[in-house]
Amino acid sequence: MANLGPAYYSPYPVATYDGLLTPPEGKALLLTDIVDEEIAMREIAKVMLTKENATIFPGPQVLYAWSEEAKKKAKLIKEMAEVLNAKMIPMYDYRPKYPKIDAEIEINPNHPNLTIWHNNIKACIFIGVHCHYANVALKIVRSETDCYTAALCGLSGHEDAMATIRDQHSEELEKFIAIAKEVKQELGK
Amino acid sequence: MNSHGHSRVNGDKNWAGQTMVSADYMLFEAPREKHFMTGSEVTKEAMKRCSVDASVSYPITPQSEAAHLIGELWAEGYVGTYFRGENEFGVMSEVAGCAMAGSRTVTTTSGPGTLRAMENFPMWSGTRIPCQLILMARGINSPLTIQPDNLEVTFMLETGCMIWYAENVQELFDMSIAAFIVAEKPEVHVPIVTVVDGFFVSHTRESVMLPADDIALTVYDPYAAPLPPIDSEMPPGRFLRDPFVMKSNYISYATHASWQWEVRSAVERSIPHAKHYLKGLVHVTGDADAEIVFVACGTASHQAKEANRELTKMGIKSKVVKLRTIRPFPHKELEEAVKSAKHIFVPEFNIVGWLDKEVTTSLYGKCKAEIIGRPRVAGGMSMPVEAILKEVLENIEKGA
Repeated sequence: MANLGPAYYSPYPVATYDGLLTPPEGKALLLTDIVDEEIAMREIAKVMLTKENATIFPGPQVLYAWSEEAKKKAKLIKEMAEVLNAKMIPMYDYRPKYPKIDAEIEINPNHPNLTIWHNNIKACIFIGVHCHYANVALKIVRSETDCYTAALCGLSGHEDAMATIRDQHSEELEKFIAIAKEVKQELGK
Repeated sequence: MNSHGHSRVNGDKNWAGQTMVSADYMLFEAPREKHFMTGSEVTKEAMKRCSVDASVSYPITPQSEAAHLIGELWAEGYVGTYFRGENEFGVMSEVAGCAMAGSRTVTTTSGPGTLRAMENFPMWSGTRIPCQLILMARGINSPLTIQPDNLEVTFMLETGCMIWYAENVQELFDMSIAAFIVAEKPEVHVPIVTVVDGFFVSHTRESVMLPADDIALTVYDPYAAPLPPIDSEMPPGRFLRDPFVMKSNYISYATHASWQWEVRSAVERSIPHAKHYLKGLVHVTGDADAEIVFVACGTASHQAKEANRELTKMGIKSKVVKLRTIRPFPHKELEEAVKSAKHIFVPEFNIVGWLDKEVTTSLYGKCKAEIIGRPRVAGGMSMPVEAILKEVLENIEKGA
């Protein structure tokens, strides 16, 4: 994540314009630092377990049973929510909701700030959201809210999240859940 | 397997019976043999080795021959589908449709064709399709010209597409293969425009080293993409049809602003990949500590290298910084390459000096050298080495 604040004429901070790119294979991005995956996993778990109204935002890639991997991931995400004491608010699709989104029950990449404001969410995990829509949402969330964003990505990661880990498949999610359990125990949560 | 039932495993055969290989093997490891070809002919050879799913064409000089030869690839079974659009606007729209449907798609155009299709290019980047446009630059003015001139590139600069610039036939071959691979990286996934100077490259026969044609790139995986590929549940163009982000309220500008930044971020994310496959975003030749530096792209850099050789004979040190990517613009690499410079010359084949503007903007506040946007030729004029030498010698005499 780059420094908060305006980027050129945009009201939105854009990490690539501060020289940050997605992490290399096998690594994670934590704020401006490239770190080992485990370090990022521990930090994400700690933030989710300590911030108010921590919430997981699962996207279409894990909400619909379009592959065996998607089904496996969906079950693991439910377990992850339990371990992290987190709520789940889904991003069903990518269409803007008119005349008004029901921010209590869903999030949308075109106005993600509304859901975060309404539910007073201070930490979140994006997972299973197609990268383009996750990136559009993450820039808006960073600019408009004080919510800590983490992105667990099946592809290359998201430099606009405050923490991102790439190539996260079911095996890696199992590892994250195991680490989250350890952190939870350490924090006595 | 992809939606067409194609294997994506290296070593397997593609639909044309070619063995599928990685881009690294194709570009850096596969044995090569010498051939003698034009830019149009080498475009066919490159596409033959790219497992191209779709190509759409429309005739316009000087790219017509390249488009025609890609059509021959379809007849020979190497390209999945090939058809002629109604005009260039139609072509670029149909390219978008093919790419949204998950196809590795290529087209070619030139000059007025580029401008007729213009509305499509920001649409391409906004929809994050990794198609390739091979642009064989030609003049755009009235009276109508078919002469070589790269003015049209200035119109492409802010479309959100990547832009690479090849100097010669060999670079066109290698770049147009690497272009697909970089454009298709999930974190990049924007269109790529591979530019060459029309006629000077498209119609000039040169020696070129090619790998065997029984190998081809592994087919494109449309599911490793930042947007959903088309299917009955989730068309990729939903945001173009539904009630919508273009409504005029707060949400609209928030989304559009973030979306536009995201497209430009995607172009920046191509940098590490472009560095790898192009072996650097800039290529520097000549004397490392020279105070006279030429910054150029395409065939202008070839002429600048000739000037460098002539200046060396005269005992004057110079070097050439050839920009291989224009979008992303290689800011850091350029700044590093001109550290020794006192005079930077930007030779160009267009009347407006778009590269001069890019270089001046990039180096503003970072470099004390005088930037001289000359020699500049247009309308199909050639740029003889003497013209470059004249600029250099006049400026040295003036003590500039």
